[in-house]
Amino acid sequence: MDTSFSAEDIAFRDEVREFFATHYTQDLRDRIADDDTFKEAVTEWQKKLHKQGWVAPGWPAEYGGTGWNPTQKFIYDSERAAAGVRDVIPFGLTMVAPVIYTFGTPEQKEEFLPKILATDIWWCQGYSEPGAGSDLASLKTKAEVDGDDYVVNGTKVWTTVAQHADWIFCLVRTSSEGKRQQGITFLLIDMKTPGITVNPIVTIDNHHSLNEVIFDNVRVPVANRIGEENKGWTYAKALLAHERTGIAGVSDSKRNLDQVREFAAKEINGGKSLLAEPSFQKRLSDIEIDLMALEYTELRVLATVAAGGAPGAESSMLKIKGTEMQQAIQILRMEVAAYYQGVLPNDMSKEQLGHDFGSDARQAYMYGRAATVYGGSNEIQRNVIAKAVLGL
Amino acid sequence: MNFDFTEEQIMLRDSVERYMREDYDFDTRRGVADSELGMSKENWQTFAELGWLSIPFTEEHGGFGGDAVDTMLVMEEFGKGLLVEPYLATVVLFGGALQKSGNQAAQDTLIPKIIDGSCLGALAYLERQSRFELADVLSSAKSDGDGYLLNGEKVVVLNGANADQLIVSARTSGEQSDDAGITLFLLAADTAGVERTDYRMMDGQRVANITLKDVRVGADAVLGEVDNGLAILNAVAMDANLALAAEAVGIMGQLNTKTLEYTKTREQFGVAIGSFQTLQHRMVDTFMDYEQSKSMLYRAVCALTNGEEDATTAVHALKVLVDRAGTRVYSEAIQIHGGMGLTDELDIGHYAKRLMMILTTFGNGDYHQAKFNEIRYS
Ligand SMILES: Cc1cc2nc3c(=O)[nH]c(=O)nc-3n(C[C@H](O)[C@H](O)[C@H](O)COP(=O)(O)OP(=O)(O)OC[C@H]3O[C@@H](n4cnc5c(N)ncnc54)[C@H](O)[C@@H]3O)c2cc1C
Repeated sequence: MDTSFSAEDIAFRDEVREFFATHYTQDLRDRIADDDTFKEAVTEWQKKLHKQGWVAPGWPAEYGGTGWNPTQKFIYDSERAAAGVRDVIPFGLTMVAPVIYTFGTPEQKEEFLPKILATDIWWCQGYSEPGAGSDLASLKTKAEVDGDDYVVNGTKVWTTVAQHADWIFCLVRTSSEGKRQQGITFLLIDMKTPGITVNPIVTIDNHHSLNEVIFDNVRVPVANRIGEENKGWTYAKALLAHERTGIAGVSDSKRNLDQVREFAAKEINGGKSLLAEPSFQKRLSDIEIDLMALEYTELRVLATVAAGGAPGAESSMLKIKGTEMQQAIQILRMEVAAYYQGVLPNDMSKEQLGHDFGSDARQAYMYGRAATVYGGSNEIQRNVIAKAVLGL
Repeated sequence: MNFDFTEEQIMLRDSVERYMREDYDFDTRRGVADSELGMSKENWQTFAELGWLSIPFTEEHGGFGGDAVDTMLVMEEFGKGLLVEPYLATVVLFGGALQKSGNQAAQDTLIPKIIDGSCLGALAYLERQSRFELADVLSSAKSDGDGYLLNGEKVVVLNGANADQLIVSARTSGEQSDDAGITLFLLAADTAGVERTDYRMMDGQRVANITLKDVRVGADAVLGEVDNGLAILNAVAMDANLALAAEAVGIMGQLNTKTLEYTKTREQFGVAIGSFQTLQHRMVDTFMDYEQSKSMLYRAVCALTNGEEDATTAVHALKVLVDRAGTRVYSEAIQIHGGMGLTDELDIGHYAKRLMMILTTFGNGDYHQAKFNEIRYS
């Protein structure tokens, strides 16, 4: 057991720190925070990361990954979060790409992987349907073969960033025989194909990031299928495990907790700093202590993966603990903001308003309620652990 | 001992219940919240006609002569329907301060106008640094001839933009957080030197920051005694916390009912999600949260109406309990609705956001728990 950093690790940390300080400018932050310039600014940033060779730490080196060891990945992510740099948009780089390089044809790899690395195309994930949420295998969007194409009909919902996406990766039903999981196929669909309609869904944070995506006789070349027909579930499951390791978000939580501490230190509560309030200290330290343990739980899982193991039910634990802590931190930030937690975006300057983080706290908290719902709800994750680990 | 309401109280409650159900459905409410004013003057006139604006005022001023029980009953119904009109701001806060001030002339002119719907009011008690401390007041009132000159800033003033009349707390003596030295002033919102910037909150409320620049008011603008305004503010805050807790109870009931209904109809894995025991247990917990909140509300209301000595303790306890219970209730409601719970289209999130604002208004759970501890254990 040894978790200390070597001299090279420290040099690497300094390099990463310097890079973020230089390149993730205030101007970039502002443009990413603005809906009108969001896509363009994120693309610009991800291209910069790509140029640096750092955009895909999770990929094997042969496809353009970094070849980092777990310590380096840990350092990179910690520095990214500490600098308040947003993580890459996951749908292309961390969700569909592993499916393509693991199960795709040589043509698919050649066609998509370079474009994903360069953020030349944006992706979205078309799994959930109105009737198929937690019970994803009950999905009904249908794909029927007609010549060299599949003809796709159905409705996907809760599709994040579909309004910006060039491509969508979908689970569709190609057979209703046998076990439900065995009639599902994984398709890559060009969002410009005729017959696709994208309708916005506004969420409780007063923001538009979700969509409903309707497919009306959409023709998709059979060549855009991943692997074999009716085997899509297997490919998707492999991907879900990827989705769940990152979901703990320990580095970001550490930074957010630090921020809450700073805000609380400045907030005056009955003549003294809110941070000096024992009840507030207890709530803060409860989270901090949990987070200290979770950081090592995550490192242990990463070490298992690096040694060739698969992230199994452990990733469910990371997801549950990680998201519950994210929410605990978010609500603490709301409480520091007191009345200002309710402020909606407006034209007033922060000086005029008299507060500088209330609206951000609100947005993060309200949207943050989703973290225990998406990526397999926390109830479902608990079921997974009960079954897979406890054997119940 | 009984927990029964009088016939008059039942009629009052039913009248609000019917209105909210028939004339204030979720879409109507959304339209009102999103409108220019963030309220409907037409609705307000209806409330006047139905007598709701007269509840806490004495019969001498044309009021209903109601007590905390009456206010509790209407607020609970307002909670169920997610009312956005400024009832709390105008009737409970502004009207309450006016009533408690003992200022006969101001009462004689303004209370009838509150009752007939022609006067909207706001109580400007908060400042950007004050958090939950009503005594933390920097705005100043300096003697100026036979009147005063007001300077300073009030923030997040409920109904601040639509109010015709304001009651403002300002310091006539003492230091920033001293209990003594705060005086309440009544002034028309269009008095020279008053500037208002309004903005929207997540619960549909319109609030305003109000700056006071050399605002000149007469000696008759003083409400209550000079330097002793805090006593009035504290008494108003007590009423407000009861009213808000009642509204919270109404909201919690709705969230629980709607969530339970949803779990009976939403199917996953071939069964209603309500059949999953983990969800059942959590809905049992939120059911108990609701019942406990209601009990504590009744306890506090009785303590106040009976003039019991520990009424203040009961109100602190109420706010603590409702904070913990309410947070759990809205969190479970959103979680159990899955993706649907995250949508702006569904009412669940709107109930949650109103509840969140209630829980922080006039002190959150931690604040009241510290006060409770001070009384009980020191
Ligand atoms: C912000 C956000 C972004 C999303 N982005 C995407 C996306 O990009 N692409 C995509 O495909 N999907 C996306 N989703 C959808 C997400 O994956 C689903 O919301 C999730 O799978 C839950 O499904 P549901 O909403 O239908 O809830 P339901 O499955 O109806 O669940 C309702 C409640 O019942 C509980 N429940 C269900 N089954 C059980 C059980 N067996 N035992 C105990 N409790 C149970 C759930 O945990 C939940 O609390 C997103 C969702 C959100 C909120």
